[in-house]
Amino acid sequence: MPDPMEATAQNRPYAIRHYTPAQLKEALRKMFVIRKFEEGAEDSYARGLIHGTMHLSIGQEASAVGSCMALDDNDKITSTHRGHGHCVAKGADIRRMFAEFFGKESGYCKGRGGSMHIADVAKGNLGANGIVGGGLPIAVGAALSAKHLATGAVTVCFFGDGANNEGAFHESLNMAAIWKLPVVFVCENNQYGMSTSTERSTAVKRIAERAAAYAMPGVTVDGNDFSSVVEAVDAAVARARAGNGPSLIENVTYRWRGHSRSDRNRYRTKEEIRAWQENDPIKRMAAMLLDHGVLSQDEITAIEAEADRAITEAIALAMDSPAPDIAALLQDTYSRDPA
Amino acid sequence: MTVQPGHDNRELSYAEAIREAMDIALDRDPRVILMGEDIGVYGGAFQVTGDLVDKYGTDRVIDTPISELGGAGVAVGAAMTGLRPIFEFQFSDFAALAMEPIVNQAAKIRYMLGGAVSVPLVMRFPSGSGTGAAAQHSQSLEAWFAHVPGLKVVQPATPHDAKGLLLAALEDPDPVMIFEHKLLYKMKGPVPEGYYTVAIGTSAVRHEGSDLSIVATSMMVHKAIEAARQLAGDGIRAEVIDLRSVRPMDRETVLASVRKTGRLLCVYEGVKTLGVGAEISAMVAESDAFDYLDAPIMRLGGAECPIPYNPEMEKAAVPQVPDILAAARGLAKGTL
Repeated sequence: MPDPMEATAQNRPYAIRHYTPAQLKEALRKMFVIRKFEEGAEDSYARGLIHGTMHLSIGQEASAVGSCMALDDNDKITSTHRGHGHCVAKGADIRRMFAEFFGKESGYCKGRGGSMHIADVAKGNLGANGIVGGGLPIAVGAALSAKHLATGAVTVCFFGDGANNEGAFHESLNMAAIWKLPVVFVCENNQYGMSTSTERSTAVKRIAERAAAYAMPGVTVDGNDFSSVVEAVDAAVARARAGNGPSLIENVTYRWRGHSRSDRNRYRTKEEIRAWQENDPIKRMAAMLLDHGVLSQDEITAIEAEADRAITEAIALAMDSPAPDIAALLQDTYSRDPA
Repeated sequence: MTVQPGHDNRELSYAEAIREAMDIALDRDPRVILMGEDIGVYGGAFQVTGDLVDKYGTDRVIDTPISELGGAGVAVGAAMTGLRPIFEFQFSDFAALAMEPIVNQAAKIRYMLGGAVSVPLVMRFPSGSGTGAAAQHSQSLEAWFAHVPGLKVVQPATPHDAKGLLLAALEDPDPVMIFEHKLLYKMKGPVPEGYYTVAIGTSAVRHEGSDLSIVATSMMVHKAIEAARQLAGDGIRAEVIDLRSVRPMDRETVLASVRKTGRLLCVYEGVKTLGVGAEISAMVAESDAFDYLDAPIMRLGGAECPIPYNPEMEKAAVPQVPDILAAARGLAKGTL
């Protein structure tokens, strides 16, 4: 008979073994903040408080937070049009994120960028991107800088399944590999590029298989399982930091909401959406922390309540913030001279 | 033309002047890297980078795969994070493969991010016709990019300016696109030694005159100067302005010349319709200089077709000296 205690130790997930309770608590807090942020954004839109469009990442919180666990402020990320979660994961201030949503001067982009362009350069977030695949070469460029300037920084490049059929994906993976650059390509495969499923759009069954074409490791993980994401990305970050080059990780996940505000969800069934909602990354994370005695149910409830409170406060603050001066329309088109 | 102290009438070719500028830049700033296709041991398709790889190594003179979109995008990311890349497109036509990183990323990142980060990227584009390379290797696409706020677009016409504008571009915190005419690479001219810059956004009067203003770009500057010399024999005093910078454009020099001469002829190799000449014309028409015009504004530009292969047809597709002479004579006599 195996020692039951030993068996339990072996079954302890990677994240529990490698991160402190404080770090895990912070990770859960960020996941709640992302969920509540997206719900707050959706609600603000529905109430007519903000305009434009937005791409919500509800259901993908484990991928965003798990992929940033091994990073510090010196490390970089590039993000996507579905990037709010990445921002929060990399340490952004949700008050400035909401201010950007509301088009305010105190927003991350002074109200000039909106949902699709939030960046937080001080924290190493080089920005969301409105172009599918647009961040991939930029991430490779950031890794080229890190290697040249010997900063020790690793770049995590987030992109979706849709981007894996862009030329930019293939050119970027190839260059990162031939130059052995410190970059980790994290594909958040939420299974639909707008309405087109990966099954209909992508010749390979698993996007991670494409790593073989660029002579780098490629792994597919359950992107709704925080610990699996952390385990895969940590290994890839360590490999990049050691100078051994890039990796491709495919986090299989699902977006609960439509692609954007215009989506009528005609390409997937209610049953499918419901099944994925059962597979909630936040519930799974909370259950793991509860099971392994990291947090009590009361503590988890308190973290969630605190996230709610922070979102309410951030929205109120953003609404009350001053709008940009229209006279500054041309400002920042160029660094020095007026346009 | 700015002549620096110590200038000794040393002559370099346009290609050598660009190479010297890159050599100086690589030497004085460790953040500078060169990227492009076959710019290392091959020396560049037009031998502009030459042997720089021997001096600075393959870490700083980086041969990229044939990946214009990805390569230019990597240069954007590198520029955002502390390097000063100079990215060579093998032919300006290949910019069409990289519209995304140039137009959607490099040009807009600073503005979209509220000024949080700049993209100090220099891009070089061998461009223009006259080499028999036909439609996909001969275009003059500067107007495409000059239409995009956030980009700066220059067209040096002399070895002196090719060096000075490249060094100015490297000092600029924003993306600068340098369109180099392939027929100019072997042209020689005085180039001061050492470091100097030519300010982006300034034009240069190459030939003074009072009867008409010819505003020309790139290769056309030389054709316009040749035409101006011949016109002098007819007693027509043409002023030739080398525009040098398409975005930003040197408004004051052009307007002052038109106020003086009352006649304007724009000469450029890019397709005439919606090209650089349209902007120069509109700039004059919208200003007080319009009141000084004694004749309609005239444009000579590239023909409304792709650049053909046949050498005689190729010549006919872009303005030549006789075209400029005919237009200038008509303008000066008021017989148009």
